[in-house]
Amino acid sequence: MSAAHAELRAASAEVRPHWWRLLPSRVWTFWVVELYRIRHDRTELYTRAIQPALWLVIFGETFNRLRVIPTGGLPYLDYMAPGIIAQSGLFIAIFYGIQIIWERDAGVLAKLLATPTPRVALVSGKAFAAGLRAAIQSVIVFALSALLGVSMNWNPLHLAAAVLVVMVGSAFFSTLSMTIAGVVLSRERLMGIGQALTMPLFFASNALYPVHVMPGWLQALSVVNPLSYEVEALRGILVGTPANLLLDGLVLAAALVAGVTASSTLLGRLAR
Amino acid sequence: MSEVARRPFAETVPTPAVECRELSHRFGSVQALDGVEFVVGSGEVFGLLGPNGAGKTTTIRVLVTLLRPDRGTVRVFGLDVVHNAMAVRRAIGYVPQQLSADQSLSGYENVWLFARLFDVPRAQLRSRVQEALALMGLEEAAHRPVATYSGGMVRRLELAQALVNRPRLLVLDEPTIGLDPVARAGVWQRVQELRARTGMTVLLTTHYMDEADRLCDRLALMHRGRVVALDTPARLKQSLGRTATLDDVFRHYTGSQLEESGSFRDVRSTRRTARRLG
Repeated sequence: MSAAHAELRAASAEVRPHWWRLLPSRVWTFWVVELYRIRHDRTELYTRAIQPALWLVIFGETFNRLRVIPTGGLPYLDYMAPGIIAQSGLFIAIFYGIQIIWERDAGVLAKLLATPTPRVALVSGKAFAAGLRAAIQSVIVFALSALLGVSMNWNPLHLAAAVLVVMVGSAFFSTLSMTIAGVVLSRERLMGIGQALTMPLFFASNALYPVHVMPGWLQALSVVNPLSYEVEALRGILVGTPANLLLDGLVLAAALVAGVTASSTLLGRLAR
Repeated sequence: MSEVARRPFAETVPTPAVECRELSHRFGSVQALDGVEFVVGSGEVFGLLGPNGAGKTTTIRVLVTLLRPDRGTVRVFGLDVVHNAMAVRRAIGYVPQQLSADQSLSGYENVWLFARLFDVPRAQLRSRVQEALALMGLEEAAHRPVATYSGGMVRRLELAQALVNRPRLLVLDEPTIGLDPVARAGVWQRVQELRARTGMTVLLTTHYMDEADRLCDRLALMHRGRVVALDTPARLKQSLGRTATLDDVFRHYTGSQLEESGSFRDVRSTRRTARRLG
């Protein structure tokens, strides 16, 4: 023990990784912490599975019979399942900023910012932690879909690709949430704005119906809605509908970069 | 960076742990800091003492690189806190005023997080986390959720988080605020042990006279954003006469407005801490 103490004095500042190694290192760290959190409390994982289950069972089964939505010959449940997977991630991520406001109020954020962690790395770490939680949630929705007889492509490579898409998409929505957190600085206002945002994000997308049935102005909204690209990619990967996977991936990646930039710029307001 | 560059003049003139010059900062219409000056020698336990709103926490926030000051410089082991923020962060262990451990994790996981954020080498991670927990007497409780910890245990856990990096400077903002007397004594004891074993430099803020008296080698008395007196507790007392206490010194320099001078923000965060301690 005392030998260790003797080292204590000058041992700090012994490691100075380059900034390009800090980013993946911090993302990995916040991933592991998120896994620890999930291990300590799994109830949230189950309670958050209720809403997608209800969408699939109530909305999905009904519209499966109605056959009013042009799905290109797919059973409606199959068409809708990727949309619900994306939605379950969106709902987790869009309120993720609440955690950062809580951390601000509790002094945790000050402590994190006083560590050698660039703001971009901190925000990226948080974003991918949200993405990981959403990805784990999506696995539960995959299982629900299987139970309901959705015929998806169960090839493990396709499933892995789908989980990756959910992770990146949800990471983006969490940076959107953290950006709003940096503007409104209060949990209550973030709750309100988050709730107001989820509806247009969800319904002005291709999650429940194809874009071409929408009025023109809503179609325009859907074009700039990253959720549409996430759903298109998921649907292409899981159900085999036509999808421009390269474009989808690029849009999601660009949105994530923009979101990380915006929220790390505004992080200073929270730290003040 | 080389050892020499990190500690210029290390062989000839000992670099002070903290050098604070003409530090000023304004929040809107409030002049929070108004030319703060003090120097903390390497290995000292140095206290910033003052009423709420005196500028102690603002000084700390500048020092730990969280706030960029309007004017003046702060150097930590010779490194400028604005221009060399990353290197300064690697040298400092910081415990903020609020109880800030993550309740949804275990004690071990809380310390692990900070070991990772300070880039403790992978091969040493486990032993360093355990070492920090052991230093604070938390080995037994290490794998319990922090939600089950007492207020004093949370504070010691935060010290462990700050120590896992083996910092050269430990910065404690109101380390015992809201703690009961037993828990306060526990924190004091740990800080004193740490100091005796490692000779680590400690900078702390407090508005408790007994804490300042017992723990600190030297004190800077702060009032309205300035350092109004700076000396050892003994000499500060002597300067006012044989029987003077630190309370008398405090009252002499700050007037009788101890109660009225706290800002709303301070009170709010103190209440938050108190609430969390139950």
